[in-house]
Amino acid sequence: MNLLQSFLEALESLSANKLRSGLTILGIVIGVAAVIAMLAIGAGAQNTITGSISGIGTNLLFVFRGGTSDTVRNPRPLTLGDAQAIADPFAAPDVEAVAPILQGNGELVFGGQKDTATINGVTPAYFSVRNYKVTEGEVITEEHILGRASVALIGPEAADNLFGRHEGIVGETIRIEGQPFRIIGVLESKGGGSFGSQDNVVLVPFTTAQARLIRRSTADRVDVIFAQAASSDSVPRAIDEISGILRTRHRTPIGEDDFTVFSQEDFLQTAQTITGVLTIFLGGIAAISLLVGGIGIMNIMLVSVTERTREIGLRKALGARKRDILTQFLTESSLLSLFGGLVGIALGWLIAFIVGRVAVASGTPFTPSVGLNAILLATLFSAAVGLFFGIYPANRAANLEPVEALRYE
Amino acid sequence: MDWVITAKDLTKVYKMGEVEVHALRGVSLKIKRGEVVTIMGPSGSGKSTLMNILGCLDRPTAGEYTLDGESVATLGDDQLADIRNRKVGFVFQSFNLLSRTSALSNVELPLRYAGITNGGRIERARAALEAVGLADRMSHKPTELSGGQQQRVAIARSLVNDPAIIMADEPTGNLDSKVGQEIMDLLLDLNRQKGTTLIIVTHDPTIAKQTQRVIRLRDGLVEKNK
Repeated sequence: MNLLQSFLEALESLSANKLRSGLTILGIVIGVAAVIAMLAIGAGAQNTITGSISGIGTNLLFVFRGGTSDTVRNPRPLTLGDAQAIADPFAAPDVEAVAPILQGNGELVFGGQKDTATINGVTPAYFSVRNYKVTEGEVITEEHILGRASVALIGPEAADNLFGRHEGIVGETIRIEGQPFRIIGVLESKGGGSFGSQDNVVLVPFTTAQARLIRRSTADRVDVIFAQAASSDSVPRAIDEISGILRTRHRTPIGEDDFTVFSQEDFLQTAQTITGVLTIFLGGIAAISLLVGGIGIMNIMLVSVTERTREIGLRKALGARKRDILTQFLTESSLLSLFGGLVGIALGWLIAFIVGRVAVASGTPFTPSVGLNAILLATLFSAAVGLFFGIYPANRAANLEPVEALRYE
Repeated sequence: MDWVITAKDLTKVYKMGEVEVHALRGVSLKIKRGEVVTIMGPSGSGKSTLMNILGCLDRPTAGEYTLDGESVATLGDDQLADIRNRKVGFVFQSFNLLSRTSALSNVELPLRYAGITNGGRIERARAALEAVGLADRMSHKPTELSGGQQQRVAIARSLVNDPAIIMADEPTGNLDSKVGQEIMDLLLDLNRQKGTTLIIVTHDPTIAKQTQRVIRLRDGLVEKNK
């Protein structure tokens, strides 16, 4: 018998038991849909996270206080002096721009509206380093820094919270921690990121923050230093230069750094590792349901073989060889799982799409992506499940003795 | 003489747990091509076992068996399947048709296993159904046919591959006597037209009377062969 014939015959006998076939297929449908949806959501999360990390800036380096080694007990804080030293083009030729920031949380008030937002004290370099643009108004300048001006740029989310809009706000005065600040610009949206919303923020001149908003025990202390490398190739050299400068200034021996330099690449890799593990984890759990679906197929095929013992006996009497019977039952089980796989792909796609819509509706721009490899994987895997779990029942059918099978009641 | 079946000293021993059951204790017989033979005997006489061996559904424990010039006593499962497909047609008491498919597909089934292509298959299946007088019932499913018609489909199926022998196991057992006689007439008619050897296993003496030869079995031995 050729393949097309056994395919048609399998279709015939499966459709003779529509409810049973349907329920068996359902097991595979759920399994494949779960795998597809989970992989899609994982890939979507990865895209969103890497996207938001890339959105921070380009060739960025982050310098934090505190080391990774246990021997550092009392790390010295980073200071404005550290930032200036890093900015020295002779000491660190591969560092293009440096932006120290002071970071804190504070209460914003406008009229009756209140909002708690992140307050960043920044220098003019911050805007180019972080790739920040304004949708209206202007950015912080050297004059604002020198004059400790009471001016602020406001993020779109914070603006929405206070004003109910994020346009036409320039010139308004809000209170930050009770002190009046004039708004000189509105920031472009950076989107919700994995580090919380980057849009619920106000930026004030560094010196103003230092003097009036964020008080630190050390006078010229900074919280984070952003540095931008000249190009992606120079990122490793820039890290070495920054580390060398800070070691000298903090008088720490090698291996006992009391600071940490992260590159954007490090963050990307970490995030990708985390989302990758997450995807595998979710996909693995989903794959278990596919396995359960496969066992369902085996169960039904065993019932079917027992039920059709006489038919098998008859077919053997009419000249069916073992291989014919084997093919017949394997075709049926593969067809069940393949069909389930196809429906499952469609359903998984739908689930991923709905999850994406829900995410967008709740304010997180997040697009699950169904990859071609996920579809191929699911199709192959479900067909393989059908074959694998069909082998035992089909073998049992093929090895029935014709005499016994014909006598079976 | 043209012998289609030559069996010599066939024995068959079943193991039922610890007990050995001797179903056949040395059966020798010869059947001419084109002959109509009845195998009779009380239950437990070994006639079903003999039919299974003659029909190549089972192998003898010992003995020699030549069917249509081929020695088949020691063949493997797939070779036996091939012999059954080409040389043996079966008619069962309970018809054994596939209820899901039409009369035509039922008759086609042996041709499928013979590897015959679509066109030729349908043509031969049609011819076989016409030969048993069911030209107008080809697309009916077995459940839409009467018992006699179902048995006619089974007979068409048994002869579609042009076998050397047709083994009929109580072919009239599930039919009333009038329809049963029609089936017998059909089988004898086909035997006369096509010269196909016909072996009927039964315990109905009215059927035995219509055949040229009756082989009686008792306790696994041939009791009477006339």
